[in-house]
Amino acid sequence: MTAQAQDLVGATRKESRRLFDSWWQEMTAAAGDGRPTAYVFVMGSFNELLRVFDFVINFPEITALQTAVRGQSMAYLQAAEDYGFSPDICGYVKVDVGLQLKGGEHPHGRVPRPALALATNMCNTYVKWAEFWEHHYGCPVFVLDLPAWRGAGAAPDPADPAFERDRRYVEGQLRELIALCERITGRPFDIDRLRESMAETNRMAAVYHEVLALNRHRPAPFNAAREGITYQGIANLYRGAPEGTQFFALARDELRERIRLGLGTVPDEKFRLLLAGTACYTHFKRFVELFESWGGVFVLSTYMIFAGGGFVPGFGYDLTRPLESLAEQMLQAAWWGFTGSMFYPQEWLANAVRDWGVDGICLHGVKSCRTTSTGLPDVREWLRTQRDVPGLFIQSDLVDARLWSDAQIKNRVDAFFEALAARKAGAGR
Amino acid sequence: MGELERIVDDCRALVEDPSYPAVRRWLADHPGGKVLGHFQVYFPEELAHAAGMLPVKIMGAGSTVQIRQADARIAAFVCSIVRSSLELALSGRLDFLSLFVIPSICDAVRNACGVWVRNFPQFPTRVLYFPQNAASAHAVDYLAGEYARLVRLIEETTGQPVTAERLAASIAVFNENRRLLRELYRIKRETPWLLSALEAYVLTRAGGVMPREEHNALLRRVLELVGQRPAKRQDRIRVVFEGGYCEQPPLDMLAVIQDACYIVDDDLLIGLRWLVDDVATDGDPLANLAWAYLNASSYSPVQHDPRKPRAEMLLRRLRAAGADAAIVAAPKMCEPGLEEQVHYTRTLEAAGIPYLVLEFEETMTTFEQVGIQVETFAESLLFEFA
Repeated sequence: MTAQAQDLVGATRKESRRLFDSWWQEMTAAAGDGRPTAYVFVMGSFNELLRVFDFVINFPEITALQTAVRGQSMAYLQAAEDYGFSPDICGYVKVDVGLQLKGGEHPHGRVPRPALALATNMCNTYVKWAEFWEHHYGCPVFVLDLPAWRGAGAAPDPADPAFERDRRYVEGQLRELIALCERITGRPFDIDRLRESMAETNRMAAVYHEVLALNRHRPAPFNAAREGITYQGIANLYRGAPEGTQFFALARDELRERIRLGLGTVPDEKFRLLLAGTACYTHFKRFVELFESWGGVFVLSTYMIFAGGGFVPGFGYDLTRPLESLAEQMLQAAWWGFTGSMFYPQEWLANAVRDWGVDGICLHGVKSCRTTSTGLPDVREWLRTQRDVPGLFIQSDLVDARLWSDAQIKNRVDAFFEALAARKAGAGR
Repeated sequence: MGELERIVDDCRALVEDPSYPAVRRWLADHPGGKVLGHFQVYFPEELAHAAGMLPVKIMGAGSTVQIRQADARIAAFVCSIVRSSLELALSGRLDFLSLFVIPSICDAVRNACGVWVRNFPQFPTRVLYFPQNAASAHAVDYLAGEYARLVRLIEETTGQPVTAERLAASIAVFNENRRLLRELYRIKRETPWLLSALEAYVLTRAGGVMPREEHNALLRRVLELVGQRPAKRQDRIRVVFEGGYCEQPPLDMLAVIQDACYIVDDDLLIGLRWLVDDVATDGDPLANLAWAYLNASSYSPVQHDPRKPRAEMLLRRLRAAGADAAIVAAPKMCEPGLEEQVHYTRTLEAAGIPYLVLEFEETMTTFEQVGIQVETFAESLLFEFA
């Protein structure tokens, strides 16, 4: 390995740590000095707009996930359940509630109080979650409606009057949000700063797609469940910021180097998999290991699609009309998220199976997320009967360790790989 | 058995029959007629009515249908009403549908829409996005546009034009229905010994599965008969039941509760009573319906509207009904209901209002535990008030 290659391999991991640390330092500082903080979610991001007003941006889904990876989510869940929240609701919500009840104290730092809470209807639980902050802190809550997939029809066409009607509604709401941000921060809206941030997102989105596409290579240079979650985190936290673009350029270069060196994410790639849904973060290492021990690699995940910035293929803001274009892209992203990976994903999944050379799909239903999980058994059935794509459906959770049943999941995973192996052998591959 | 009791019994039989007998009777009387099904909570049924369609509320199957096929299509941690409604369709019991509309009330049902679209290509299934940014200055215009979009689909389905005149006439029919339901609830609030909660419930629920003109006639007769009842007031605590806006508690659960309390108000099937005043019949009917949805309406955990703080609305409901206490219920696995429960109970606690928390599922078949809980709660309050 050359010195240059040694520099690159592993560089992404180091840089991601630095960026996560930097975000936590900013949050912890804001908790002390009172700089206005906006709470937002990973689906339907407002980063470009919020950066104009210099908000610190908190993503509670990310902070919740991090507690689980650290093995500390249960204490927060318990605090929320003691407060009155049911065991049957979203674990992300409860971890965050527990975090707020503990004064924002997190294993990575301290979460500041919200000056503003923003949600979209991409997940109805977002709205209920934001209402908790409203009740707890008395902060304003702004819900942005993104009417998107309605059950039928091709991808939205900007020339369609119905789409234009939706776009005008979203733009009108964004203008109301801008007025609210001005009131909260005392800063005037600067459309040129918005334009700069959107230009940065355009650059980042292009490199993000390059990174995803590199995993079409055999062997795959990254695992979409493991490295993928880091990429998603950075895509959300640093959307609209130069650090985000630079990170993905670095990741792209490292992945290219890994491909050049023949380094797959597992030593001997045998099965290429697609993860529909999320991983289980209380047992993250174990989750990935169950598949990698069979030489199985997640080459793509729907989580990277619907919660990785919502960068529609061909994504690009029109900087000559920033607000109009922001509204348009948010709608397109919502539509893409709903049909590409959530409510009506079968065609998208079938195409991804073809394009990424996937042998089988793992559909992971999590109790915490009915948005992504409700119809997964039906999607598996459709893929099996209509496209002859093998699928494994398992259930656990994102952050609630009580819902992980190791023996049961392992049995199902093992049986799935045995079937995949038999299928490959039968196909003479 | 008197006439009123017979009407109530007929309504109970109607709502407990998963074969939708009133719908099938209507279809027999209207050859070629089309049925629009809609899921909870609220749907502007006037849009379907104006095209000559029969709007029907699809609200689960209770314990009348065994889930056989739906469990293989939907994840296990999803509420019962979503699964049983799908089971009704998979088992052919909703074969009369020409169109199905799912309001975007929660994550489970919106995702389930994809399951319906994949499995029932013979009729369109559509999501209806009600504004969650209800206070936006653009919300009424947006919602009127959503209604116009639906009207176009209804026109395609029926081949009937939906004119402003027809819509105004339909709004008048439903205004009458809402007025009659308000009267029914006034009686329940003011003289609950004349009309039990269970009776009021089945009388209300029948409206969701029968032609509304028939329901209006039925309610008019009921209101005449109720005043003639010789029932006497009993010494019971007065409660508001909150938590029945979507999945419905079993009838026997309501019976157990009313054995110990007067349920003087509730949010059961709130969608049928969502609009709290008459909708204007002059001007643009779609704009009128959209305005009413946003500005002259009740509340539920699945609508975000900063102008209607729900816990405060619950306190108002309690005060208006002269209630002593609240029963704050939620269906198992219902994300919005269970989350709202926390805020409701904390607000009630702060206001010093006694409450009882109950969890239910439409498929429940034993009620001893609920009975003991409610009885103990009621007795403790009677003792305290004494």
